Amino acid sequence: MTLAPLPYRVVDRRDETHDTVTLSLEPAGEALGPFAPGQFAMMYAFGVGEVPVSVSRIPDGQRLTHTVRAVGAVTRALWTLRTGAWVGMRGPFGTCWDLAAARGNDLLVIAGGIGIAPLRPAIDAVLAEPHGYGRLNVLAGARSPADLLYRNEFPTWERPFSTVTVDRPDDDWTGRVGVVTTLLGEAHFTPADTTALVCGPEVMMRATARDLIHRGVRPDRVQVSLERNMRCATGHCGHCQLGPLLLCRDGPVVGYDRAEPLLSVREL
Amino acid sequence: MTPQTGEPAGGGALDTLPAEHRGRLMALAHEAAFPSTTRIFEEGDEADRFWIIRSGTVALDVHVPGRGRTVVETIGRGALLGWSWLCPPRHWHLGAESRGPVLAWEFDAAAVRSLCAERPDLGLALVTVVAETIGDRLRATRTRLLDLYGPPGSPEGGAGP
Ligand SMILES: Cc1cc2nc3c(=O)[nH]c(=O)nc-3n(C[C@H](O)[C@H](O)[C@H](O)COP(=O)(O)OP(=O)(O)OC[C@H]3O[C@@H](n4cnc5c(N)ncnc54)[C@H](O)[C@@H]3O)c2cc1C
Ligand code: FES
Repeated sequence: MTLAPLPYRVVDRRDETHDTVTLSLEPAGEALGPFAPGQFAMMYAFGVGEVPVSVSRIPDGQRLTHTVRAVGAVTRALWTLRTGAWVGMRGPFGTCWDLAAARGNDLLVIAGGIGIAPLRPAIDAVLAEPHGYGRLNVLAGARSPADLLYRNEFPTWERPFSTVTVDRPDDDWTGRVGVVTTLLGEAHFTPADTTALVCGPEVMMRATARDLIHRGVRPDRVQVSLERNMRCATGHCGHCQLGPLLLCRDGPVVGYDRAEPLLSVREL
Repeated sequence: MTPQTGEPAGGGALDTLPAEHRGRLMALAHEAAFPSTTRIFEEGDEADRFWIIRSGTVALDVHVPGRGRTVVETIGRGALLGWSWLCPPRHWHLGAESRGPVLAWEFDAAAVRSLCAERPDLGLALVTVVAETIGDRLRATRTRLLDLYGPPGSPEGGAGP
């Protein structure tokens, strides 16, 4: 892990939606250490600022892949980067999806919005080792059909079930409509032997975790990825504190048994 | 075909009922098959039946003037389709259409209401199941109203980067 940003060059950019881009980066010299699914980097847009962004694919070699949604000054600056542009990178930071604990279990990968990005490397890892896990289900929610990320990858994840649902369909949409938890009734899993990886807005993660636990999934086997503002990312500044946890160090991936009491749970 | 007494409703909404209640209800059910794009019911029509979906997806829609039928939700395997049969005026509030082939258990609402009147304990258990379904859908609707995936600070979205 390095404390000063290392220069990386954008070698490829792929527009996923109107506000989201996937950037492939290669180091100018020294490279960051290897990332695990669920971990994040601090991406520095020169002259603008630095933000945490998860790895959204872990290719062989030194290349890094991140998917960024433009929501504010820094992410917008990253979103505008063209091939050949430079960005400063620190990392890897944080905890990863605990796939070792999920071995042999059925897997539910449940994403809301940009939350599919940190989950994609976990899906890749499971697919690379098909006999290591039980049944893989990928359930994703998005605002509208135009906001769906990695749409062309969903068919390759169909083992045995992957589908997307949107909140706001357009007239051409023939897929599912509604919140992502409505797909759980169709997923293929045995609750007592299931691990769930959940990432999305906090309200969505709480509703999903509650539903899963109600169905019999153990709270410690519901892994959620929590977000708080970050600055140092090294466990020193306290910016990312959530109760006793520093999320840059003890998170972002946390078991729901630990996360639940820390999140302000108010009934909708 | 009428399912055997006690036969599970296919992972469905009735599975949480005591076996005896479920058996009595399932004895009133028969299999229904809807080919793709079948209109199962129309907004405003009499709500005289309900279904538990065994396989496939059903889209619930509302007619919006100038826009036509607009899908507000889809439901799938195990879900209860229809609750307007329970309370007056017993007219559908939405339309429903199969998206692809759908298999379901179909229940005659009048027969189920009679059974509930005869067996208040069963009636209470069934109404509890329906209330749970309504509660789930209400929570889901409220969650969607929050527009969680929209751009921050812009509940109606539209403001790209
Ligand atoms: C561990 C971790 C991993 C992340 N991974 C990704 C990723 O893979 N891709 C990605 O696009 N984003 C990711 N994010 C979120 C990203 O870091 C924020 O969007 C970014 O910090 C916003 O900075 P900004 O300067 O662009 O916007 P700001 O001007 O700081 O904020 C713009 C708006 O976004 C809201 N906002 C800021 N941060 C967050 C946040 N963390 N969650 C929700 N709303 C926020 C603010 O309240 C404000 O309304 C991750 C965050 C964390 C903590
Ligand atoms: S960001 Fe500084 S302690 Fe976590």
